[in-house]
Amino acid sequence: MFTTNGFRLAVDIGGTFTDTVLADPQGQIVATTKTPTTPQDPSRGALEGARRVIAQSDADWSSITGFIHGTTLATNALIERRGARVATVTTDGFRDILEIAYERRYSQYDINLVKPDLIVPRACAFTIGGRMDAKGRELQPLDEGAIPKLVDQIAGSGAEAVAICLMHAYANPDHERRLRELLQKALPELVISVSHEVSPEAREFDRLSTTIANAYIQPLMARYLSSFRTRFVDEGLTCPILMMTAGGGMTTIETAARLPIRLVESGPAGGAILAARIAAKTGPREVLSFDMGGTTAKLCLIDDYRPQTARKFEIARAARFVKGSGMPVRIPVIEMIEIGAGGGSIARVDRLRRLQIGPESAGSEPGPAAFGRGGTQPTVTDADIAQGLVDPDRFAEGRLAIDGYAAETALETNVGNALGLNNGEAALGVSEIVDENMAAAGRMHAVESGKDLGSRLMIAFGGNGPLHATRVARKAQVDSILIPRDPGVGSAVGFLFAPVSFEIIRSRYTTLEALNLDDLNAFFEAMRTEACAVVRAGAPEGDLIERRHAFMRYQGQGHEIEVPLPNRLLVDADIQKLRAGFDAHYSRQFSRTVPGMTIEVLNWALSISSHPPGLDSYPSTAARQAAIPTGKRSILCDGAGTWREANTYDRAALMPGDQLSGPALIVEPQSTTLVSADFSAEMDGGGNIWLTRIKGDLQ
Amino acid sequence: MKPSDTKLQVMWNRLLAVVEEQGQALIRAAFSPIVRECGDISAGIFDLQGRMLAQAVTGTPGHINTMAEAVKTLHSRFNIQDMRPGDIYMTNDPWIASGHLNDFLLMMPAFHKGQVVGFTSCTSHLIDLGGLGMGPEGADIYDEGLLVPPCKLVDGGTLNALLMEIVKANSRKPIANEGDIYALIACCETGAARLAAMMDEFGIDHLDDLAEYIIDTSYRGTVDEIARLPKGTWRNVLTVDGYETEIELRAALTVTDDHLLLDFDGTSGLSKKGINVPLNYATAYSVFALRCIIGPDVPNNTGSLAPFRVTAPANCILNAQHPAPVAMRHTLGQMTPDLVYGCLSQALPGQVPAEGASCMYDLPLRHVPETVSQGGTQFALELVFSGGTGARPELDGLSATAFPSGVWGSQVETTEAAAPVLITRRDLRPDSGGAGKTCGGLGQRIEMRSLTDEDIMVFLSVERLRNPARGRFGGQSGAVGRIRIGEDGQDLPGKGEVRVPAGETLIFETPGGGGFGDPRDRPHKEIAHDLEEGLISPDAARETYGFAP
Repeated sequence: MFTTNGFRLAVDIGGTFTDTVLADPQGQIVATTKTPTTPQDPSRGALEGARRVIAQSDADWSSITGFIHGTTLATNALIERRGARVATVTTDGFRDILEIAYERRYSQYDINLVKPDLIVPRACAFTIGGRMDAKGRELQPLDEGAIPKLVDQIAGSGAEAVAICLMHAYANPDHERRLRELLQKALPELVISVSHEVSPEAREFDRLSTTIANAYIQPLMARYLSSFRTRFVDEGLTCPILMMTAGGGMTTIETAARLPIRLVESGPAGGAILAARIAAKTGPREVLSFDMGGTTAKLCLIDDYRPQTARKFEIARAARFVKGSGMPVRIPVIEMIEIGAGGGSIARVDRLRRLQIGPESAGSEPGPAAFGRGGTQPTVTDADIAQGLVDPDRFAEGRLAIDGYAAETALETNVGNALGLNNGEAALGVSEIVDENMAAAGRMHAVESGKDLGSRLMIAFGGNGPLHATRVARKAQVDSILIPRDPGVGSAVGFLFAPVSFEIIRSRYTTLEALNLDDLNAFFEAMRTEACAVVRAGAPEGDLIERRHAFMRYQGQGHEIEVPLPNRLLVDADIQKLRAGFDAHYSRQFSRTVPGMTIEVLNWALSISSHPPGLDSYPSTAARQAAIPTGKRSILCDGAGTWREANTYDRAALMPGDQLSGPALIVEPQSTTLVSADFSAEMDGGGNIWLTRIKGDLQ
Repeated sequence: MKPSDTKLQVMWNRLLAVVEEQGQALIRAAFSPIVRECGDISAGIFDLQGRMLAQAVTGTPGHINTMAEAVKTLHSRFNIQDMRPGDIYMTNDPWIASGHLNDFLLMMPAFHKGQVVGFTSCTSHLIDLGGLGMGPEGADIYDEGLLVPPCKLVDGGTLNALLMEIVKANSRKPIANEGDIYALIACCETGAARLAAMMDEFGIDHLDDLAEYIIDTSYRGTVDEIARLPKGTWRNVLTVDGYETEIELRAALTVTDDHLLLDFDGTSGLSKKGINVPLNYATAYSVFALRCIIGPDVPNNTGSLAPFRVTAPANCILNAQHPAPVAMRHTLGQMTPDLVYGCLSQALPGQVPAEGASCMYDLPLRHVPETVSQGGTQFALELVFSGGTGARPELDGLSATAFPSGVWGSQVETTEAAAPVLITRRDLRPDSGGAGKTCGGLGQRIEMRSLTDEDIMVFLSVERLRNPARGRFGGQSGAVGRIRIGEDGQDLPGKGEVRVPAGETLIFETPGGGGFGDPRDRPHKEIAHDLEEGLISPDAARETYGFAP
C-alpha cells in the first residue's frame, strides 16, 4: 500500500466553487468540501476550504506534507482580458504574423464573423533584423544596432510585458536569448517571454500566440502565486506548494511563474488523472472520461491508463465552442473536448422548429428556472427535474429550494407550446438532444483520434455526469459506466494522484532517410537536462520516469502519429525500429500502410516525471446482495418514455457487493446517479458504482 | 409507426454528425496538401431515391450541389437491383463529379437487413492525374490527364485491381493516389456502417420518414427566407482578367416567391486555356454565396438546395462543355460570388459585402526541370495566400483572409523546412483595402527567393491584377494584386509559368477588398485607429477620408 509520511491537500479553484480534498497518509480521502470562490482574492476562499477539511480530520498544518493547487485564474485572466499590456518583437518583415494567422474564417457561412482578439494591437508589434534558417543556421546576425530604437518603441508603447518570437527560434534560440539580455538590461522592469522556452515548435503564428498568452498572464500569476504562498505559509504550511498543469503533472511555483501558460485548464486535467487512476486500479485499458458540470461537458479518451495528450488547444473562443475562433496555445496538454452542454444549458426552438440546447447557459445566475432566482428559460436541469430525476429535498445538500412548477412552466412556454409536446415529452426531448450532442462530440473526437468508443468504460463525474451517464452511454454505444466516489469534486481528487512532471516538445524537421543520429542524440540530451532540472525542483528524490516520442507522418499528410522512442542514445538499428513503429501505429489507425512513401519527423517530445502515488487494488467483494432502497420516486423513463416507480438509494448507505437494477436513483450530497431501466448497478469494494447496460431492451 | 419529430431530429443530428466524422477521417488520411489545407473533400448521405440528406461542412464550397448532382447522375446510371453489399462506384468526370479531373467521387449503396436503404458518397482531391498537371496550359481535357468514367471500383468487396493500376500508371504520384483512393473507400464504408447502426438503434427499416422530414423542413426553412426577399430581377457584370483576354461574367438574379433563378446569359465564351468552368462548379460557388445570406442556418441537402436554380448557355465560360480544358476552374469559379453579390446587393442593399480579392492566390513552386538531370534539390510546394475580403455593411473586411474558399494559409517556418526557399517578408499592405465607411480587408506582401544557387519555377493562375475588387455605395476599390521579380521588375501576368532566378526576389502582392459606403462617413475614431495601427497612411487619411487629427 502506498503511504506518505503525512497528509496531502488538494485545492481546485474553479469559477464558481473552490473544491478542497484532504487525503490521509494511506491515500484515503478523509474530507472534502466545496466553498464559494472568492474572485477578488482567490486564496481567501482556498484557505477557508483548507481550514474546513483540516477541522473535519485529525490533521493539522504541520502534518501536511503535500499541497497541490490548480486554478482557473490563468484561464479566466485570458478570457476576461485582465492581463498585462503586451508588446511583441518578431523578425523584420513579419510584423503581421498575428493578423495574418492562417488566413481563414472559422465559420464557413458567417459573412459577419469577427476574428478573435489576439491581445496585441498592431501598434505594439515591433520587429528586429536578423535571420535563422529552418536548420538553425544564422543567415543574418541580430541587428544589435537597432536595439536602442526598439527599446524606445517598447518603452513608448507602455508595455509591461514583451513576447519575443523570432523566425526559427525553436531551431536556434541564440538571437532570442541575446535580444532578451539586451532588452532586460535596458528595461529591467520589463517581463519577457521568449518563444523558444514557452513553445519551441515550428509554426510562427502558434508559437507567437502562445508566447503572447504567457507574457500576458505572467505578471498577474507571479503576484498571485507569491501571495498565495505567503498566505498559507503564514497559516502554518511547511511543505512546498506544487501547481497542477494542463499536461496533468505538477510543477513548482517557480516554474509556474515562469511558464504560467502551462497552468491553464488544469482543473479538467485533474478529472482525467482521476479517471486514469481509477482505470489503473480496476483494470479497463480503454476508458472514456465524462465530466459534466453546470455549463460544459468534457470528454477525454484514456488508453492504457494514460489520458490522451495533445500539443495544441484554444482558449477564449470568440464563438463559443467553434474550432478556430479562439487563441491557439501550443503546449503539451491532456486532450479534452469541451462542449456547451451542462445543467444550465438553455433549450430553445429555432425557426425550423428544431429543438436546440446550448451552448448558451443560464450559469449560476440566474440559473435554471427551478432555482427560483429569476431564470425563465428552460435548462437541462429543468428538464431533469420535470422527469422526476432530482429529489428536491436533497438537491445541492438540501441548501437550494427546487421549484418544480417553475421548471415545468419554462419547458411548456418555450419548448412544449412551440412543438406541440406535453411537458413530459418536452423534457424528454431536451434530454435526448443534449445527450445526443454529447455522444456525437465523443464519437467525433474518437474518429479524429483514430479510435472507437464502443468498447470503452465510461467514468462519469462532475455535478451532472452521474445523472446523464447512462443516457449518453447508450447513444455512444458504450455498455459499462463507473461512477467514482465524490464525483462532485473529481478534479481535486485527481490532483492527489498527479506526478511531478515536465514535458518538452521541440521541432526538428528531418526525413527518416536523412536522420542524423549524433545531432539527434545531442538534441535529446539538451531537452533531458532542461526537463530534469524542472522536475528535480519539485521531486528532489526518487527515480524519475522518462518518455520520448517522435511525431511522424508520411510526406504530404497533415496528421502526425506519435511513436515511442527508447530512453537512450539512438543507434543505427533504431531507425528501422522507428519505421516499424510508425507502420504499426499507422496501420492501427488507418488499417493499412503506404509502402514506398517517404516518412518525415517534425517534432520530438521528452517528458520526465516522478512516480505517481502507488497503486493498490480495491478490496474485492466476495458477497453479492440486493441493495436496500430508501424510498421511491415516480420518474419519466428515458427510452420507453413512460412514467414508472423507481427505487431510490442513499449512496452513503450502499455496501460493497450491493446490486440493484433500473429504473433507480442513487442519491448523494453533490449529485445523483440515474440507473436507467436498461441498466443494472453494483457497488465494488472501493465504493465505485458500476453500471452495466442490459442489451436488447428499449425501443 | 412513424417516429416522433424529436426522434427524427435526433436522427438528423446523427446523420450530420456521421458525415462530419467521415469528412474528418478523410482529411486525416489524405495525401494531397490541398485536402489538408483547404478541406477539399466532401462526404454525404443519400436516400434510396438519391436525394442528399446530409453533407459535411468542409473548408471549401466547391462541393456544394456538385455532390448532390453527381450522386443523382450515378444513381440513374446503375440499377439498384444489381447492387450488392460491398459495391462502390467511382468517377472523376469533371462534368459529373466536381469540375476537374483531380476530384474523385465515390458512391456506395448502404445495406440494412439485406436491402439497399440509401447511399453514402465522398469526394477528395487527388494530387496528380498525369497530363500536363495542375495548371491552365492544357488545350483540352485530354491534355489534362486521365478521365475515369462512372464505373465499379469495388465489386462485392473486391477491389478492381486493374482500375487501380490504371489510375496509378497515369500519375506522377502513384503511391499518394492509391492512398487517397483507399481513404475514400474507407470513408464510404464507415458512412454505410454508421447509417446501418443508426437504423438499428432507432428501430427503423427505411429512411423514407426521415428523408421527408429533413427535406421538407429544410425546403420550408429556405423558402420562408426567400419569400421575405423583394421580388424582381437584378443584373450585374463583372469584368475579370482572364488568360488571353479580359472576360465578362454576366448574371441576372430573379427572385420569385419560392425560388431564385440565376442566369449567366451574356457571359463571355470559352478560353483556350484551362480556366473554363463546368456549370456544376460555377453553381457550387454561386449557391454558396447566396446561402451565406439567405438561410445559412439550414444545413445543405436536397431540400435546402432545391430553391436555388442556376442556368447558363452552353459554352459560355461558366458552362464549359466537354472537351474544354478545366483544370484551373476554381480561378473564375471563385469570382462568381462577387458576380452574384452584385445582383443581390441591389435587392438587399444593407446586407451584402463589397467585392473582395476572392480568387485564392495560389503559388505552386517547383524545382526547375534541369534539376532532375543535374542532381539538385527536387521539391514541390503548394502555397496559398489570400487577399482582403470585401467590406461588410457594418464591419470592415477581413485582411489576408480566404473568401469564398475556406483555404488555410501556410506557415513560413514549415514552408522553409520543407523546401529550399527563403521567405523574407510577409506582412500586410497598408492602404490596400478599399476606402469606405467600412473598409475592405488588406492584401499582403510576400517576398521570397531561392535558398540555394538554383532557380525556382512558379505556376500562376490568379485574378485581380488588372480588375480590382470594387466597392459599393461610394466605397472605393481595393488595390489590385501585383507580381514581379525585384522591386523594379516588370509586372507579370496572372497566369502562366515564371522562372525566378537564384538570388532574385519574387514579390507577390495580394489584392485588397472593396470598401462599403462613402469614406467621408467613416467615424473619426476609426480613422484615427487605422492610422495608429499603420493600416492607412497619413496621406490616405487626409486625402481619402478628409481626416484632420
